[in-house]
Amino acid sequence: MKPVVDIRGLTKRFGERIVLRDLDLQVPPGVCFGVLGPNGAGKTTALRAMLGLTPVSDGTIHIFGQPMPAAGRTVRARCGVVPQADNLDPDFTVIENLRVYARYFGLSRIDVESRIQALLGFVELTDRADSPIATLSGGMKRRLTIARALINQPELIILDEPTTGLDPQVRRMIWARLRALREEGRTLLLTTHYMDEAERLCDQLVIVDHGRVLEHGSPRDLIHRHVEPEVLEVRGAAERTAAVLVDIPGARIEQIGDIHYCYTRDARSLLATLEQHRDLTFLHRPSNLEDVFLKLTGHELRD
Amino acid sequence: MDTPSLPRLRHAAFAIWARNMLVLRKLMGSSIVINFGEPLLYLLGLGYGLGLFIGGQLDMPYMTFLASGILAASAMNTASFEALFGVFTRMVPQKSYDAMLASPLEIQDILAGEIFYCATKSLIHGTGILVVATALGAVSSWSALWVLPILFLVGLTFAALALIMTSMASSYASFSYYTTLVMMPLMLMSGVFYPIAALPELMQKILYGLPLIHAVQLIRPLMAGLPVTDVALHLAVLAAYGVTGYWIAFRQIRKRLHV
Repeated sequence: MKPVVDIRGLTKRFGERIVLRDLDLQVPPGVCFGVLGPNGAGKTTALRAMLGLTPVSDGTIHIFGQPMPAAGRTVRARCGVVPQADNLDPDFTVIENLRVYARYFGLSRIDVESRIQALLGFVELTDRADSPIATLSGGMKRRLTIARALINQPELIILDEPTTGLDPQVRRMIWARLRALREEGRTLLLTTHYMDEAERLCDQLVIVDHGRVLEHGSPRDLIHRHVEPEVLEVRGAAERTAAVLVDIPGARIEQIGDIHYCYTRDARSLLATLEQHRDLTFLHRPSNLEDVFLKLTGHELRD
Repeated sequence: MDTPSLPRLRHAAFAIWARNMLVLRKLMGSSIVINFGEPLLYLLGLGYGLGLFIGGQLDMPYMTFLASGILAASAMNTASFEALFGVFTRMVPQKSYDAMLASPLEIQDILAGEIFYCATKSLIHGTGILVVATALGAVSSWSALWVLPILFLVGLTFAALALIMTSMASSYASFSYYTTLVMMPLMLMSGVFYPIAALPELMQKILYGLPLIHAVQLIRPLMAGLPVTDVALHLAVLAAYGVTGYWIAFRQIRKRLHV
């Protein structure tokens, strides 16, 4: 099937700085596709370029098979966008926000009124329909932004860090809604740096850093390909821990701060050793996408 | 992405106009006071007092002279303030344009909608002044109704000019330069309050190169029931300022938003 999003060789420079370098990205229809990367990896810039909102230095972008930014108006009419920063219209109430936004798509009031009611129900804001935006909590605002992005019944929904800064209840509610949208056959493209979010939601994902794609695959594939299945996180004074772990066979060990991460295919001998050193605390867990992410993008801090 | 072209008006722009009108409707109560109260104060306060000194030297009652000037100046002020503070608020702190640009709307649609809204505000405000002026007996001809479309045009012109300032502003503080260095001098010297014949000849020549006096000279004879002269010239200057302002502002705002 033709990809919904087809980006080839996308390069963007801001003066000397290269934000995207030779980025390739294909999103097949009907999947939830994740773009993972540290802060400043170029995720948001790539999304803006896809929507025709920023000029690019090189490369091609096709959305629904149409070239961007040339086909900007027709493409954006078929997309829904949930931006990273809240930009709901503070001059209006919840329901007015949806009505006004529908107008930007050239939709008539009569056509959208029943859709607006359905969307308010979908994001559980029906009883807040007449509330001013300023009275909404962060979670309510994000839910309204999602409803707003659905006003034109988009085939492709683009979400830039949809659950950043939200409490666990709201995050789970939003995940459920996003899965429901995928079940309806829509294509979802989301950026996140929450690995649990990507693991739960995404059928496929790319890990992006320094403006290029480092890896591509399903969350399970990537974990299988890059890290051992089990992890022991051992916490304690660095020298003491290192001394205990020094002669464990078959474990790959990485240290971040006061934690040693031991990646292994079989944790039994490690567990036996640690049982003898009660002064060290440890956590035994299956490896996850975050381990892959840290392995590929490194441990240094990003701003 | 918008490609450079002449100012373009698409149906889509009216979504922005309609958005702003919806906000205006919510604020109707307080704006009625401003629309009628302010011109009443001006006309009564200045009209009766200054009229004693200037009145005798004019070919019309001073109240008519002053009302015409205030109509033109207020069309400038109303549109300029909206294009400065209103547009900046929506573009920068509220990030409303980011939300609009995620829809099929393009920058040209947004700016065209904004400018039409600014001109609409000039028209509404001007209608208030016209009503007050009529009640005070300052209107001597039905031809004064032609003032309304002219106020709309003046609103378009000054909205487009103010947008240049908005496109470059980093905060609201920048706008005091524009109000003090552009709008105030125009209002004080374009024949709003007194005939410009009182000014040195060089100053008069300079004034004819600026937009506000052309608005005044279109409006004043219509209010007084006198023949209007140089209509094409006045309209052309206003249109030229408007189109140029829009063009510069559009390019700047595109650079600012499409980074």
